[in-house]
Amino acid sequence: MADRYVLAVDQGTTSTRSLVFDRGGRMVAVRQREHHQYFPRPGWVEHDPMEIWANTQRTAAQVLGDVPDAGDVVALGIANQRETTVVWDRVTGRPVTRALVWQDTRTADLVTELAARPDAGVVAERSGMAIAGYFSGPRLRWILDHVPRARERAERGELLFGTMETWLIWNLTGGPDGGVHVTDVTNASRTLLMDVRSCRWDPDLLAFFDIPAEMLPEIRPSVGVLGTATALNRALPIAGALGDQQAALFGQACFAPGEAKCTYGTGSFLLQNTGTELVRTRSGSISTVAYQLAGEPVRYALEGSVAVAGALVQWLRDGLGLISSAAEVETLARTVGDNGGCYVVPAFSGLLAPHWRGEARGLVAGLTSYVTKGHLARAVLEATGWQTRDVVQAMAADSGLSLPALRVDGGMTTNNLLMQFVADALDTPVVRPMVGETVSLGAAYAAGLAVGVWSDVEALRRNWHRSAQWTPTPERARALTAEYPRWERAVELSIAWGAP
Amino acid sequence: MRWVTIRARDGLASGAVPGTVQSIERAAAILRVVAGSGGTLGVTDIAAAVGLAKTTAHSLLRTLLHVGFVAQDPATGRYALGPGLLRLGTSLDVNELRARSSNWADALASRSGQAVRLATLAGTEVVVVHHVFRPDDSAQVLEVGTALPAHNTALGKVLLAHGAAHPPELAEVRAQGWAAERGEHEPGTGAIAAPVRAAGGLVVAALGVSGALTSLFDARGVPRSLLLAMVVDAAHAVSRELGHGGG
Repeated sequence: MADRYVLAVDQGTTSTRSLVFDRGGRMVAVRQREHHQYFPRPGWVEHDPMEIWANTQRTAAQVLGDVPDAGDVVALGIANQRETTVVWDRVTGRPVTRALVWQDTRTADLVTELAARPDAGVVAERSGMAIAGYFSGPRLRWILDHVPRARERAERGELLFGTMETWLIWNLTGGPDGGVHVTDVTNASRTLLMDVRSCRWDPDLLAFFDIPAEMLPEIRPSVGVLGTATALNRALPIAGALGDQQAALFGQACFAPGEAKCTYGTGSFLLQNTGTELVRTRSGSISTVAYQLAGEPVRYALEGSVAVAGALVQWLRDGLGLISSAAEVETLARTVGDNGGCYVVPAFSGLLAPHWRGEARGLVAGLTSYVTKGHLARAVLEATGWQTRDVVQAMAADSGLSLPALRVDGGMTTNNLLMQFVADALDTPVVRPMVGETVSLGAAYAAGLAVGVWSDVEALRRNWHRSAQWTPTPERARALTAEYPRWERAVELSIAWGAP
Repeated sequence: MRWVTIRARDGLASGAVPGTVQSIERAAAILRVVAGSGGTLGVTDIAAAVGLAKTTAHSLLRTLLHVGFVAQDPATGRYALGPGLLRLGTSLDVNELRARSSNWADALASRSGQAVRLATLAGTEVVVVHHVFRPDDSAQVLEVGTALPAHNTALGKVLLAHGAAHPPELAEVRAQGWAAERGEHEPGTGAIAAPVRAAGGLVVAALGVSGALTSLFDARGVPRSLLLAMVVDAAHAVSRELGHGGG
């Protein structure tokens, strides 16, 4: 039998990428296209759904042309930027407004107002997550409130809602001409509209947010055939869909409770598999759906999102001009042996997990005339390591699960100084897989699993290979544990600084 | 009339000196004009300043653009000195090198089934800049920062062959574009490495696989052809990533 391949579409915040993977989980082709970022007002971030759909079609067609025989590609999986919200006309297929992106903060006032309602407790109780503008439900509500006639048209069943995977699947399967209107359970769990136990739209939550049920997609497992893509140069079953961070968890083969991955990009996203148990959180991590295989129970995860990780290095480069490329931060940091007593808290627009303090603002603490740009570079890298420790501690408190090792991916994992610091700060081995494209690999795994390219998750686990490992050194780990309260104090100060 | 002065000093009106390469002289004149103009001149002004036909100046500028010695403002079409020129005097940052090579190094390890190392020369030693484990999940230790001898490792031979001294015994390495190590460094293990070049063509690093002698070479000590091709291709890919034209 000829080798069989799986196509993955990674619909991300800045670009749409189409990749083909072989049965060994190795990437054999990739095509990418960036889309425009619209910033119509301060705090508003929008994407054009039509442009993203066009880029999806184009890159998928190109990458299918890159493989020797497109007939060997047997399934399509999708991973998508989470919580980005699209509403469109089911007859014309045109969006009623541009997509509201996950970084968009326009729902802040709406969320404050909703959270103050006496019945607001139902949201956390039912959806598993506290009300926050981070999720897609409030964005949908904003569109219904602000786009002319949107609410009445939605109530008449003329409009459809979806996050990016829903929008793409609908278009791939025919759009106005019989398009399938579905979402996967991981994306649905990020709306605040789904009962996190039954994995169904919850009537009380729909009433709370005032959302017409007619416009919602059907919730489906992450792994399982969702429809047939007819809009590409060949028909393919769409057999998997996951939010991007859940896709990375899947691509990192974190299938057992306790296994965790952290993606270090602009921000950092740490997810830990908690199995079939939904963990009630008290310490600042989020309970979320990890994935669901068709016919199997839902698997849950704890999530800790940090807004600023690589973005702080970019600031060192673009804002301060201390380095000319992101990788040079390590060179600069290695000019000194320690942080010289300097701490940088990158609360550029508040702090997410585990603090959830929107008012916090960034600070540099501990400046003396001894501190050089080398110390500052080291403090910048350490900030990402300390924030990982904050999140891991919160998760350990919530789940009681130990962390055997942290699997990492993303651009910052080529930074050895940072990776060793993370290992020492967590006193846990940090391991990097051979395939860095974990988001798209996760989407490919989901789709390939559904159509039998791989027999089970154990087959996927066998594809995972370590490309590097950073082992904690006991004396450094002890020293960092002793130093940690200083970081915590800097965080407290950043919250106090931003307080009204 | 600033460019008139430039023309008097840097132009080609007096003609080329015999025995020199005319197009290099012309390119140098163009670079001086571009450097002196502060990014304010388009092709017509530059051609006039150096006394060349516009089509000739244009083709020289396209070449300089291609190698990164000039940059062009897409909106105005005007030329400024390029990033490649500014980087000429400085060596490539090793952490930048790792970041830029990472995807190719991962792919090489994954396809070859061997450990991958990227190294640069530091004096008479070779320093490992990037290391990807052999993909068999056995216990391995990250060797980034480790120094290896240059004379008896494949990585070292590649770097010495293309270094300032380029010893005659390594002429073959330079000619064939790769080097082998057959147990000279550690008994039973070997390596195959190829040069990584930066924008100007200078060899800045060596990329190679290492593993058991029997998995890298046949009974006569000849590198397994598929493996050798993977190493050379990966080194070319990293070179392209660093802006080395055409690979």
